[in-house]
Amino acid sequence: MPARKRLFWPAMIIALVMVVAAGCGSSKKSTSSSSGAKKTGIRIAVVTHGQASDPFWSVVKNGVDQAAKDTGATVTYQAPGTFDMVAMSRLIDAAVASKPDGLVVSIPDANALGPSIKKAVAAGIPVVSINSGSDVFQSLGVLTHVGQTEFEAGLGGGERMGAAGVRNALCVNQEVGNAALDLRCKGFTQSIQKAGGKVKVLSVNLANPTDTKQRITNAIRADSSIDGVFTLGPTGASPALSALQAANLLSKIKLATFDLSPDVLQAISDGKMLFAIDQQQYLQGYLPIVFLSLYKQFGLMPGGGNAILTGPAFVTKDNAAQVIDLSKKGIR
Amino acid sequence: MAVTDVAPGMRADERMRRAGLLRRLLNRPELGAAGGVVIVWVIFAVIAGDRGFLGTSGTASYLEVASELGILAVPVSLLMIAGEFDLSIGSIVGASGMAIALLDVQYHWPLWAAILAAVAFSLLIGFLNGLVVVKTRLPSFIVTLASLFIFRGVTIAVTRRITGRTELGGIDISSVRVLFAGHVDAYSASILWWLGIAVLATWVLLRTRVGNWIFGSGGAAEAARNIGVPVNRVKIGLFMTTAFAGCLLAIIDLVKFASADVLRGTQLEFQAIIAVVIGGTLLTGGYGSAVGAVFGALIFGMVQQGIVITGVDADWFQVFLGGMLILAVLVNSYIRRKAAEARR
Repeated sequence: MPARKRLFWPAMIIALVMVVAAGCGSSKKSTSSSSGAKKTGIRIAVVTHGQASDPFWSVVKNGVDQAAKDTGATVTYQAPGTFDMVAMSRLIDAAVASKPDGLVVSIPDANALGPSIKKAVAAGIPVVSINSGSDVFQSLGVLTHVGQTEFEAGLGGGERMGAAGVRNALCVNQEVGNAALDLRCKGFTQSIQKAGGKVKVLSVNLANPTDTKQRITNAIRADSSIDGVFTLGPTGASPALSALQAANLLSKIKLATFDLSPDVLQAISDGKMLFAIDQQQYLQGYLPIVFLSLYKQFGLMPGGGNAILTGPAFVTKDNAAQVIDLSKKGIR
Repeated sequence: MAVTDVAPGMRADERMRRAGLLRRLLNRPELGAAGGVVIVWVIFAVIAGDRGFLGTSGTASYLEVASELGILAVPVSLLMIAGEFDLSIGSIVGASGMAIALLDVQYHWPLWAAILAAVAFSLLIGFLNGLVVVKTRLPSFIVTLASLFIFRGVTIAVTRRITGRTELGGIDISSVRVLFAGHVDAYSASILWWLGIAVLATWVLLRTRVGNWIFGSGGAAEAARNIGVPVNRVKIGLFMTTAFAGCLLAIIDLVKFASADVLRGTQLEFQAIIAVVIGGTLLTGGYGSAVGAVFGALIFGMVQQGIVITGVDADWFQVFLGGMLILAVLVNSYIRRKAAEARR
């Protein structure tokens, strides 16, 4: 008994210190302090569905952080650990309860997130949506959407691939159920069909690159007339590249993708990939903070109720070098 | 029934000492958790009170999170008092929700029929869990861990096979919206479901014979069997209850979000167990309370939403969780020891 008693209070104190340290330490780190502009006291909450393991979203977060520095606003960034709409709606509710001066959200599922977003609008908080939800934001009372309209971007991608001669393509979707990604494949399919070809959608799990590579390899082997693979993000592009390289089919099958990553840019530079569609997600993080700051101060909001497009911008062999440089800095 | 109650017409037995109210309170398993609720609330009221924690929408948001976890935690506490674990409830939440969505959207069943079918499905899973545990005498930890994987896999595979997607949305829930997802002001109906289940569970545990059976099965299963307690039936019944709770949560989420997805409910079983342990229930069984699970779920909700309201990155939630779990167990065992010593 004496030995256990001696250990009891130290254990309590360690546990208590852990809890308090986690609280203190992280609150200093996550709220952006501005060494740039003077702090204006404007508070903006950002809630996205972007999983931490997806390199796409760290560029968005960089944009958010830089905008916070440049405008002097205090910004918090929250995202659920996995693609979980229940968790995301709770994050939105909590952010709304903290009464921010502005809210930035992505809307990958309007059915699930609609109630929480409507609550935010009803509470008088100006809301700007980014990345996903370009076709639903107006009905939810959101002021503007900063992103890329997915269907049109898919159309553009399909046109380029069709012009390069692709007639039988695979559209690799890494997050089936994300309405924006579904639209990309739909736009792509329409363009390819217009050129006289056909498209098959292959669904993969973005969190498991090995499994993704396997599925793509199996799909290519199953149908030897496939001459194009179109992926919807770097988590689909890297396994696809690896699968095509391993099967030695890079000369026969044309590969293109949405969104950038160091692997993708290197592949374009080396001529292994046809192009990548850049939605310039840094702008999706940067611009809403600026817009909401100006809205809070002067009531200004661009867009005219429509979406503000950040893409598509096409990265090809010609401009890859410059983009590679910026990608290393986490800006593209 | 208190030990010192007397049958009408008899003199009180002078060999039994009536314990004072304070002493009786100190002995209750949920005391530590109640203290925890107060402490956590005060901490967040101080650091986030002006940021909205004390306001209506802040309070409503953490009560909503607490109520959803609490609906699972209360039946899980009964099961843990009986000495068993159910690690598959998260998968049951996902499976039930997806079952309703598939029947309604893909096969055009009326919503009420789909809900009843899912309830029957979840009760069947609970029955199977209980049957395997009881017949094979394997630890329920292992059996339900297997169920966790099996039913999550079935949910994902069957949904993909039938629809090619992992999420079904746009379900018409207007006929049941008020019952499962209605609101009074900002406060959600799931809070009423949670409190109702807690009241029912506490009444069963403390005021009925079945409650005694539950304590007996967890405290000393063989001895209980020898005096005639149907331990096997109690355990199977409790597994069916936790499965039903999982289905109820799936229904509430489906109605709230008008959609179901195959990953819903992931890791909820661990959160439920943590809420139950924070509430004062022993992992070894035989001791605990449903009210404690209510407090545990409340602490959970306050911390989960409080962290975001404060402005801290939600990633740190898990660090808080672990730290709080240890703190809660230490406080609980300290208070229990002090109360045992103070009896003299």
